[in-house]
Amino acid sequence: MSQSSRKIRVLVAKPGLDGHDRGAKVIARALRDAGMEVIYTGLRQTPEMIAAAALQEDVDAVGVSILSGAHNTLCPRIVSLLREQGMKDTLVILGGIVPQEDIPKLKAEGVAEIFLPGTSTQDIAKFIRENVRERD
Amino acid sequence: MMPKTEAEVTGSLTEQSPQSKRESVPRPERKQSFQTVSLDEVNRLYTPADISEIVFDSEIGTPGEFPYTRGIHATGYRGKLWTMRQFAGFSTPEETNRRFKYLSQEGQTGLSVAYDLPTLMGYDADSPLSEGEVGKCGVAVTSLADMEVLFDGIDLEQVTVSQTINAPASVLLAMYLVVAEKQGADWKKISGTLQNDILKEYIAQKEWIYPIRSAMKLVIDTFEFCTNHVPRYNPISVSGYHIREAGATALQELAFTLRDGIEYVEWGLRAGLDLERFVPRISFFFNAHNDFFEEVAKYRAARRIWARVMRDRFGAQNEKTKQLRFHTQTAGVSLTVQQPLNNVVRVAIQALAGVLGGTQSLHTDSYDEALALPTDRAALLSLRTQQIIAEESGVANTVDPLGGSYFVEALTTKMEQGALEYFDRIDAMGGMVEAVEKGFPQREIQESAYQYQKALEAGEQTIVGVNKYQMTAETTEVPILVIDESVRQHQIERLDQVRAKRDTGAVSRVLDKLRAAAQAGENTMPATIEAVREYATLGEICSALRDVYGVYEEPAI
Repeated sequence: MSQSSRKIRVLVAKPGLDGHDRGAKVIARALRDAGMEVIYTGLRQTPEMIAAAALQEDVDAVGVSILSGAHNTLCPRIVSLLREQGMKDTLVILGGIVPQEDIPKLKAEGVAEIFLPGTSTQDIAKFIRENVRERD
Repeated sequence: MMPKTEAEVTGSLTEQSPQSKRESVPRPERKQSFQTVSLDEVNRLYTPADISEIVFDSEIGTPGEFPYTRGIHATGYRGKLWTMRQFAGFSTPEETNRRFKYLSQEGQTGLSVAYDLPTLMGYDADSPLSEGEVGKCGVAVTSLADMEVLFDGIDLEQVTVSQTINAPASVLLAMYLVVAEKQGADWKKISGTLQNDILKEYIAQKEWIYPIRSAMKLVIDTFEFCTNHVPRYNPISVSGYHIREAGATALQELAFTLRDGIEYVEWGLRAGLDLERFVPRISFFFNAHNDFFEEVAKYRAARRIWARVMRDRFGAQNEKTKQLRFHTQTAGVSLTVQQPLNNVVRVAIQALAGVLGGTQSLHTDSYDEALALPTDRAALLSLRTQQIIAEESGVANTVDPLGGSYFVEALTTKMEQGALEYFDRIDAMGGMVEAVEKGFPQREIQESAYQYQKALEAGEQTIVGVNKYQMTAETTEVPILVIDESVRQHQIERLDQVRAKRDTGAVSRVLDKLRAAAQAGENTMPATIEAVREYATLGEICSALRDVYGVYEEPAI
C-alpha cells in the first residue's frame, strides 16, 4: 500500500515523571488536523511502554515530548527499544526544552529531529510527511 | 495669568481650515480585530459609558475596604513592598542552600523551594522511576536528612518559606516542621506557604498520586493541623499559575482558581473547620502573562470576587476572611528560546502587571528559563528587575494607580462576570471535584491552548523573535546551568547512610500507624510527622498512603 492511500500513523509519547502535557496535546491535535492518525500515550510512560505501544499501533513515527531535562536518558532508550523490536525505520522525533549541546548526541543516537519551543506545528507535520518511510 | 485660549494651545493648527482640525474620516485601523493574549476582543476606546453601571463605592471603593478591588491594605506598597520571592531549587540540597543564601544576600526577602520531579511525585532518589530526573527540575529531597541540609544556616523563625509541592505536600510540610523544631523554632511563630493545591494538579499540572477525594482529605488534614498548631502558616496556595501555563485564558485562570478556592472552603467546612479561622490562611497564586491590562484586571477582579463570595456564599464576618492575598509569577510559557535576552523585557512588563495588580509577593522568571534552570547571573537579574520596579519606577508610591481607568474598570467587571458564569456551570455539575472528574476544566484549557496555537501560526498573535522579527543567525550565546547524573549518585549515597543509621523497627511501626490513621479517616499529619522524625523516606510514606488510598488514573479527555 502506498503512503498516499494510507494515513501516516503517529504515536505522541510523554515519558518521564513530568506532567506538562500542553505541548503533547496541542501537537496531537494539530497532526490530526493535518490528516494523520494520532495515538497519544498519556502521561508517565516508560520507554518500554512507548516501544510496545508503537509496535502494537504499527506507527510510522514516534513523537516524544520532554520538558524536564531527562531527554538524554529517555530518548536513546526509546530508539534502541524500537530498533530491537524490528522497527528499524520508525521515525523518532523529540520536542521540548533541549539545550543546543545535547542535539548532536541525540541525533547520533537516532533521533531524527529535535523541535524546540516556538516551532510551528505545521513545520512538524511537514517534517513527518517528508521523512516517514514509504510503506511497501 | 489668563488661561490660554484654544487657539493659542493648538498653535499652528489655527492657520489651517476649520475642517482639517478634526479627522473627518478616522485613519483605518492596522488590523480587523484587536485581541488580548487570551483572544478576547478589545474596543478601540473606553469611555465613561463603559463603566456607567459600575457603582464606585460598592464595586471599586477604597483600598483596605470591602470589596478590596483596589487592594487589601489601605497603604498599599507605601506600607510594605511586596515580598521578592524567587522560586529556586536544583541539584542537591547543598547547591540549593547555596543559591538561597546568595539570593538572600542580594536582597531577596523570602524563600521559595522548587522540588525535582521524583520529589513532586513522591518517589525516592533511588527509585527506578527517578532515573534521569533527580535534581533536574528542582532540588531533590528524599528524607529529613535532605531537608536539614536544605535549610542549614537559615533561621525558619525569621524567614518565610514557600514550598511548591502538592501530591506529597503533607510529607514535605512535616519535614519542614521537624527541621524548624530541631532548630529550636516555635511552630506558633513560623510562617510560610505550602502550595498543596491538588485540584489544579488534576486540572493542569498533572503531578498527582492518589485519587482525587483521598487527596482532598490530605489537604484538609493540613488545614486542620496548621490552624491548630502552626497558625501563621498558609497551608495552601490555590494556584492559577499552572492552569494558565497549560493554556487557559486569563478568565479561565481566574474562574477555575477561585472556584478551586471555594471547593477547599466547602471541604473544610464539611470537615468541621471554623470558616473564620482557616479561610484567612488560604492564599492564592496567579500568573502574570503578556497582556498587561488583562492581567491587572484579573487580579483586581479576583479580590472583588473572593470578598463577595466569602460574604455572600459563606457568610463570612471577619474582614481577614474576605481578603484575597496572592503571589504572582511571570509566565514561564511566554519565554522564548529564540533571542533569549528579549525575555528580560517580557518579564519586566509582566512583573509590572503583578505589581499594579497589588500582588503580595512576586517571582520574576529568568531570561534563560526556556533553555534550562536559571544560572546565578540570570536569577540575579530577575531579582534586580523587581528592585528596579519597586525602588526606581515610582509605581509603588500610590495605591492602585490604574483604578478608575475606563478600560481597566470595564475589564475588571467583565472578568468578574465571566468568572461568575463559570461558577454557575461548575456548581451545576455538583462542584469542582465533580467537574474535574468529568474533565470539564481540562477540556476548556486544552481547547484554549489549541486556539492560541492556531492564532499564533496564523500570525494573529505575535511573539517577537518567534513568528515575527526572527533571526537566522542569533548572536547571543547564553550560558546555561547543567545538572548531571552525579546528583542522583550523591543523593543515593546520603539515602543509603540514612537507611543504615535509622531504627528500622521504629520506621515500620510509624508507617503502620500512618496506614491505620489513613484507613480510619483520622488526621494523617501527626503520624506523618512521627514518620518523618524516624527518617522514613518520602517514597515510603507515600507508598504507605498509596496502600490505603490507591492511585489516580486519568480519564481520557
